[in-house]
Amino acid sequence: MIPMADGLRIKELDHVVVRFSGDSGDGMQLAGNIFSTVSAIVGNGVSTFPDYPADIRAPQGSLTGVSASQIQINDDSDQVLTPGDRCDVLIAMNAAALKTQIKYARAGAIIILDTDGFGTSNLEKAQISNPDYLEELGVDRDHVVACPMTQMVEECLKNTSMDHKSILKTRNMFALGVVCWLLHRDAHLVEDFLRKKFQKNPQLAENDIKVFMAGYHFAGNTHASVPATYRIDTRKKHPGRYMDITGNKALSYGLIAAAEQAKMRLFLGSYPITPASDILNELSKHKSLDVVTVQCEDEIAGCASAIGASFAGAMAVTSTSGPGICLKSEAMNLAVMDELPLVVIDVQRGGPSTGLPTKGEQTDLLQVLYGRNGESPVPVIAPVSPTDCFEAAYWACKTAVEHVTPVVILSDAYIANGSGAWRLPDIGQLASIHPHYAPKEMADHYTPYIRDEKTLARYWAIPGSWNNGSGKGFEHILGGLEKDSVTGEISNNPENHDKMVRLRAEKVARIPVSHVRIEGDEDAELLLVGFGGTYGHLYTAMRVLLGKGFAVALAQFKYINPLPANTQEILLKYKKVIVCEQNLGQFATYLRSKVDGFVPLQYNEVKGKPFVVSEIVDYCIKVLEE
Amino acid sequence: MENNKQYKASDFKKGQPRWCPGCGDHFFLSSFLKALEEIGATLYDTVVVSGIGCSGRLPYYVNTYALQTIHGRAASVATGIKVVNPKLSVWQISGDGDGLAIGGNHFIHANRRNVDLNMVILNNRIYGLTKGQYSPTSPRGFVSKSSPYGTVEDPFRPAELCFGARGHFFARSVANDGSHLVEILKAAYHHHGASVCEILQNCMIFNNGAYESIYSKEGRSKNAIYVEDGKPLVFGENHEYGLIQKGFELEVVKIGENGVTLDDILVHDSHCEDNTLQMKLAMMDNEHGFPVALGVIRDVPSLTYDECVNQQIDEVSEKKNYHSFAELLETNDIWEVR
Repeated sequence: MIPMADGLRIKELDHVVVRFSGDSGDGMQLAGNIFSTVSAIVGNGVSTFPDYPADIRAPQGSLTGVSASQIQINDDSDQVLTPGDRCDVLIAMNAAALKTQIKYARAGAIIILDTDGFGTSNLEKAQISNPDYLEELGVDRDHVVACPMTQMVEECLKNTSMDHKSILKTRNMFALGVVCWLLHRDAHLVEDFLRKKFQKNPQLAENDIKVFMAGYHFAGNTHASVPATYRIDTRKKHPGRYMDITGNKALSYGLIAAAEQAKMRLFLGSYPITPASDILNELSKHKSLDVVTVQCEDEIAGCASAIGASFAGAMAVTSTSGPGICLKSEAMNLAVMDELPLVVIDVQRGGPSTGLPTKGEQTDLLQVLYGRNGESPVPVIAPVSPTDCFEAAYWACKTAVEHVTPVVILSDAYIANGSGAWRLPDIGQLASIHPHYAPKEMADHYTPYIRDEKTLARYWAIPGSWNNGSGKGFEHILGGLEKDSVTGEISNNPENHDKMVRLRAEKVARIPVSHVRIEGDEDAELLLVGFGGTYGHLYTAMRVLLGKGFAVALAQFKYINPLPANTQEILLKYKKVIVCEQNLGQFATYLRSKVDGFVPLQYNEVKGKPFVVSEIVDYCIKVLEE
Repeated sequence: MENNKQYKASDFKKGQPRWCPGCGDHFFLSSFLKALEEIGATLYDTVVVSGIGCSGRLPYYVNTYALQTIHGRAASVATGIKVVNPKLSVWQISGDGDGLAIGGNHFIHANRRNVDLNMVILNNRIYGLTKGQYSPTSPRGFVSKSSPYGTVEDPFRPAELCFGARGHFFARSVANDGSHLVEILKAAYHHHGASVCEILQNCMIFNNGAYESIYSKEGRSKNAIYVEDGKPLVFGENHEYGLIQKGFELEVVKIGENGVTLDDILVHDSHCEDNTLQMKLAMMDNEHGFPVALGVIRDVPSLTYDECVNQQIDEVSEKKNYHSFAELLETNDIWEVR
């Protein structure tokens, strides 16, 4: 600890977790976004997670209307990161926020309050009966930074033309100012950010900056009544150009990049559904990249229109969440039978049925693998972090058009809405994509199920004479009925059906995927196994365990179908294996069906929220000490 | 493109249809092939899309690009095809079950959006492929395998759905009315926007006698009226009857009686934006003392979805300053770590 001249101390930390919370309309997501961006700019690692209510707009000040944004920053931007278990700094803009969020603060955390959000009516709405609310909620007074934010923003903006409602909306900037002082953020970066964000409304930007600086100075003048401030330096810098990106946006970007690389039109057929809607919203902006989006009448039409688009030669995509997959299943199967390229995005949420629409789970795994009639193989990829979604989408598109097959991307609400600092790809280095078109020479003898001998991919012929030469000679019919493996005509022949079932399965099995990587201690006693979006938490748990001297390793699977070739070798190598997943054991079941003699332990949690690292650590220690 | 070959009906023909002898589908197919020839269609710019049911087999007998999809979803699949490549001529062939029961939602939305599809409803008022259950167009009281005591529900009338969904083109013909059927298919093709052709047809096996009153030339001359744009709405063996408007209703009158002359007869206007009278024509039936209207009942050109989607892409492209993925990246807040 470094003592400052006037006695205030600075604590040097390698990471810190901040959680902004308030009413849905209080602008907590924006405050969190600015905080994470100004941290990332100086080279910190960042990971964010929004936690917003499922209600459209719950009554103001109510317990169900609380919206939160949690950010973890650290000193090494290449370190895999999560938004953190419990926060070191909690901002609560009203009584309901404090009551619902205090459980996310670690013991000794700094609690920043807008005391104007704790009036009689606020306490009533938050169902707090004791006027001494800190006492009732068990908050340690020594760590509370109490600011009458409402009064101060009113004072700050009284000579402007802003109406009262708009003035109150700047309270988030005041809170951000306090936090930025406390964590030694560069105030100029915030100013720059606001000027850029509101460049169309400079007056708004200046008012926000005024309030932000008021908060910053308020904290400085009063030392925020805390014994120490925190500083997170950048220990390890990884040069490059970065942007903040959510999982859903990274998926959208991956699709755009792949379509461009393949020289194809990108088509999205979709129906709005939480938490996947942002993919539709994002792609519908980019018409100047020749992206076609059709907001369909239902989920089925979303998938069916994408199949039509694929038949017509587009890079076709449909996006949804679990309930939408239920509806699309029959159409997905048509793409399996037709062997048409199609990317299906499942942003998993809590289920079954409507379940927990805004919360994440990994409960659709077996659904996307096996939830269709008949033998219906599809490749499945599960991105492991918000930024990894770019690569997953790119791979899905490439695989779909090169192997002429539908592909499922299994994301989840946690990585879809979470964000991270993404190092911009070197576009020249992106993998090439060669759609498996039928060559011109095939025109006089083309039938749709002629296959490449090596990959078993069928040759894809596009109707029309518009942009790919004449489609003449390639006229053919596809459909859901079983077809003869040679002529492409309808066939009920038992031997042919058996052959086609095996060909479709083998085609998917032959798709090349990279090996799953072992991280941590190669010769560990214990291997943690996970898939998809739990990577950050499992990786952090592994590091904590290694730090405590335990010999552990992690294998995080991204390629689910087909599984990497080294899967069996890895799973059978370690004495103890725990498959950790946010369901009741679907991935463990799947792996056991693929690897003879594999009997793992299971760590399952289905709470609709991310794993808590400390709980995984505790479980692993228990297993290791048994 | 490289050739200007005129394809004949026989060029479009493929395979041996497997429908029951006498099925309306046979009649429709031969008129459809003829219409393709007369339109000047090509094999490679034409796509035929179907769903499931007896009608679903039709694309197998057409030598173009074709897709038999899943039950009810043909309109959605066709929408995707047309939006991606508006230059293709896209035909959607459905039955009354495929198009109006399981596919009812897509039918109305394709009409509402006005996707430039040619949608054909082969309406035999029965489920044939599943061997004889009533359909959403079967009349109330209809006895079938799944309604042994008669149905207790009212049917859809395709025109009513089409108009209710803001449809811009509706035509009707009878499957065995060869040259007339060819003409309405051509009109549907030439219509700019979604077009619906309802083809009335018999099912020899499960609903024999459907549309009996108009299933022969003689029957039609008595019990149907051929509507033609700009022509008076007259019918009867000797064109002796006509339609007039009386109050809010249409009325059948005999020309020459009670002082009625040909000048009093309503003149058909398929291009009229207001669909009120077109709807009245489409809803006429023999049970209420009216002839069944055949021909192009409504044909109002309007903005099409597929064109507008692509036009918007062009317009926005012109205004935006990014046209590649690399340029898109630069529109974000980027920082550099050195």
